[in-house]
Amino acid sequence: MESFETFEYDVLVIGSGGAGLRAVIAAREAGCTVGVVCKSLLGKAHTVMAEGGVAAALGNMTNPDGTKENDSWKVHFVDTMKGGAFLNNWRTVEIFTKEAPERVLELEQYGAVFDRTPEGLIAERPFGGHKYRRLNHVGDRTGLEIIRTLQDKAVGVGMTVHMETTCTRLLTENGRVTGAFGYYRDTGNYVVFKAKSVILATGGWGRMYKFTSNSWEGTGDGLMMAYEAGAELLDLEMIQFHPTGMIWPPGMRGILVTEGVRGEGGILRNSKGERFMFNPKYMPDLYKGQFAETEEEASRWLEDKQNNRRPPELLPRDVVARAIYREVQDGNGCEHGGVHLDVTHRGEAYIKRKLPSMYEQFHAMGGVDITKEPMEVYPTVHYTMGGLYVHPETCETSIPGLFAAGEVAAGLHGANRLGGNSLSDIIVFGKRAGEHAAAFAADHAFGAINDEQIAEEQDYLTEPLRASSGESPYVIHQELQETMQTNAMIAKTEQTLLTALTKIQELQQRAKNIKVAGDRYFNPGWHAARDVRFMLRTSEIIVRCALERQESRGAQWRLDYPNREDATWGKVNLIACKNGDEVKIVRRPLPEMPAELKALFEEGK
Amino acid sequence: MEKVTLRVFRGDKTGGEMVTYEVPKVPGMVVLDAIHQIQKEQDTTLACRWNCKAAKCGSCSAEIDGKPRLMCKTSVDEFNGQPITVGPMRAFPLLRDLVTDVSWNFKMAAKIPPLQVLPEMEGKPFVLQQVDVDRVQEYRKCIECFLCQDVCHVIREHNRKDAFFGPRQMVRIAGLEMHPADRINRREQLKAEAGVGMCNITKCCTEVCPEHIRITDNAIIPLKERVADDYYDPVAGLLRSIGVLPREKKAPFNSVPNEQTKIAAQGTGKKGG
Ligand SMILES: Cc1cc2nc3c(=O)[nH]c(=O)nc-3n(C[C@H](O)[C@H](O)[C@H](O)COP(=O)(O)OP(=O)(O)OC[C@H]3O[C@@H](n4cnc5c(N)ncnc54)[C@H](O)[C@@H]3O)c2cc1C
Ligand code: SF4
Ligand code: SF4
Ligand code: FES
Repeated sequence: MESFETFEYDVLVIGSGGAGLRAVIAAREAGCTVGVVCKSLLGKAHTVMAEGGVAAALGNMTNPDGTKENDSWKVHFVDTMKGGAFLNNWRTVEIFTKEAPERVLELEQYGAVFDRTPEGLIAERPFGGHKYRRLNHVGDRTGLEIIRTLQDKAVGVGMTVHMETTCTRLLTENGRVTGAFGYYRDTGNYVVFKAKSVILATGGWGRMYKFTSNSWEGTGDGLMMAYEAGAELLDLEMIQFHPTGMIWPPGMRGILVTEGVRGEGGILRNSKGERFMFNPKYMPDLYKGQFAETEEEASRWLEDKQNNRRPPELLPRDVVARAIYREVQDGNGCEHGGVHLDVTHRGEAYIKRKLPSMYEQFHAMGGVDITKEPMEVYPTVHYTMGGLYVHPETCETSIPGLFAAGEVAAGLHGANRLGGNSLSDIIVFGKRAGEHAAAFAADHAFGAINDEQIAEEQDYLTEPLRASSGESPYVIHQELQETMQTNAMIAKTEQTLLTALTKIQELQQRAKNIKVAGDRYFNPGWHAARDVRFMLRTSEIIVRCALERQESRGAQWRLDYPNREDATWGKVNLIACKNGDEVKIVRRPLPEMPAELKALFEEGK
Repeated sequence: MEKVTLRVFRGDKTGGEMVTYEVPKVPGMVVLDAIHQIQKEQDTTLACRWNCKAAKCGSCSAEIDGKPRLMCKTSVDEFNGQPITVGPMRAFPLLRDLVTDVSWNFKMAAKIPPLQVLPEMEGKPFVLQQVDVDRVQEYRKCIECFLCQDVCHVIREHNRKDAFFGPRQMVRIAGLEMHPADRINRREQLKAEAGVGMCNITKCCTEVCPEHIRITDNAIIPLKERVADDYYDPVAGLLRSIGVLPREKKAPFNSVPNEQTKIAAQGTGKKGG
């Protein structure tokens, strides 16, 4: 075994996105020593890329008649459950909607500077699936504001930051987590973090798809580290395809166009110029009667939200993504195979004020002036609703001492996440994870570090460097992306999924024989060799779960099982866990929602 | 197929050279795409940083034809078929190829005391008009690409990292100093260790800022004025103290810079294994 350095913390946080940083603050305020590890530099996690806003029912917005919009946690609860097609854990959603407003206001106390209403309060914008204006925002750079605010606050409370350090394995003793093992990105040297409790805040995994809004970090390491250590994973089939990714130019394909564009009145049209979201065939029963039925009503809504209903462009993401997919399949696609998203009617000044980074993104990198011409968009892989099973109150995973928060955790979003709910997810559950990990640390001594596990991981990591010949990890990654993009995208069938599975299994065999050139000193090829092996396993589980769930619900759209089966599939989550070399998948009944919460769905009607 | 020619710096602390690569051109290609293409198909060891590929994270900073820029925001079309030179930021120690050690920036940031909310604004929602936050929002657009740090001659040519926090941190301090809820007087720090006086207003930083923050005009000059007011205008100080001029709402500098946060350096852990 090669030598390594060791750091000791009461609480180790893996990930410095919003969830990780909020957890740092909470654990620190509870008196713990805290170390935080991240693959990139501080402040560069996915959280920084979030645009549209953070959802919390502050009820700040005023109607034309001077009354306030009637928003509350209850309405947010109903919207989130409906948006998630009732696969969410009701208790997680209840905690979330109740605590989100407090957490957002707390950001303001930490120094965040949100856009203001005329009354001087935090401005809230409409978003898909949210009944009222509820996305607290800063133009279209809300994520930047949030991550920088939390970063500054965390620096203020005191932590030790290990930047550009990648964890690849959780260390355990008798089933309890005792630390983590990783390597430094620049030198390739090894490091061990010994901790009383560990929080995974490693974000989502979109990189196994060809077109995604995710960065190089989105390879699912945290998920797979926990899986290898025996944790339960929940509903991995639920991957969000964001309806509006850039499709042209090819260099920009997959990059996100914020839902804020539709929130600010953006209109979707097909090549025939039809505003297709008005086509009744796209309107789910659950939402009938709640959206504008004429274009006139939709345009009146821009100025008067009290007396008009929302435009159907603001249906939940799964619905809009499917509609775009079908328009293109039906031959109504535009020049490059997408549809048009037009916001020109809002005028140049308004667009530049409310959507400045979208303007800049299209102008500088896409050669399109969005104040004068429409954008062309197509769904892109964006978010993972599934993830680690966590306890709704404590964020503890099924492994003692291991906590998880943010996109890597599951339960809140069900089968489809509403826009803006992730930025509030990370602050609500980041805080809870930090508090409960601190409580665990207070009750437990350090566990033992198992050298065998370390030696094994070192061996696994260096295999591709030692190999005398073999394939490039990039080739395997590319083939994985092709098959996932073709066979496990928006619309799936048993046949496409089996094709994907066969291919993944073939790639898993080939991945045993990877060769990378060079040494361990800042060598992206070497990093890719580990990442791709994480991604292959993640993809396998995604596909197996999608095969297992024989219905269509939220993001899971099975052409061979087009209906939502509430009586059967609507009552179960899919749990995946490691069983030797196999993936074991079981169905677990969803907890029953209490009567007083059920009643909220009647009130809203 | 049309090609793009790049001359990319390859090397580490011990030295290096420019290496020429050709990659097939795709519509809408940015320099970062070309670098990734090389990484995937020609040399998997080429080191670079990136995250968002949408000019939002500030990771992919480099010097392109000698100019500090984001690789993901620089279209290859701009160069009209001429070879494009890509090198690392020169103001920071080189790690490998296009990657430099920028940890100094994070260490200086940790010295800046965080926001302390005025007692009358504590614990309740802020009531602020948009016009009152416009200026602060401009500073808060910073994506920490450190291109301004890279171009500033105080840091780049004179390597006075010991005496000047650099334009990025001036933007950050301005964001706190002009935050309507902040109660700390940051001028002593600005004048002393942050070294606002080192800046001689060349405006090079403003020119390279990908977020179009008017660093010099809107952040540094107002900070310089505030420091000058405090230190060199005793009359105003006197008038303020006897109530002729309005009193400053801000409390005097009463916070110690944070010492608890560490940017961990390699080799500082215990030996194990
Ligand atoms: C382009 C884009 C726009 C979005 N817009 C919105 C929006 O408007 N509203 C909204 O609510 N949500 C939005 N989202 C979703 C939201 O931003 C993310 O879901 C959320 O920020 C995730 O936060 P997180 O803290 O869980 O993880 P992340 O921010 O993804 O952070 C993950 C962290 O884990 C670290 N990490 C990962 N693996 C390892 C490892 N092996 N070792 C060490 N560290 C590791 C990473 O380095 C990183 O620091 C958007 C997402 C994207 C990509
Ligand atoms: S204006 Fe000041 S901070 Fe900016 S580059 Fe010139 S000297 Fe440096
Ligand atoms: S001020 Fe501008 S140039 Fe400087 S780090 Fe921030 S975004 Fe980059
Ligand atoms: S990759 Fe994020 S700014 Fe270039």
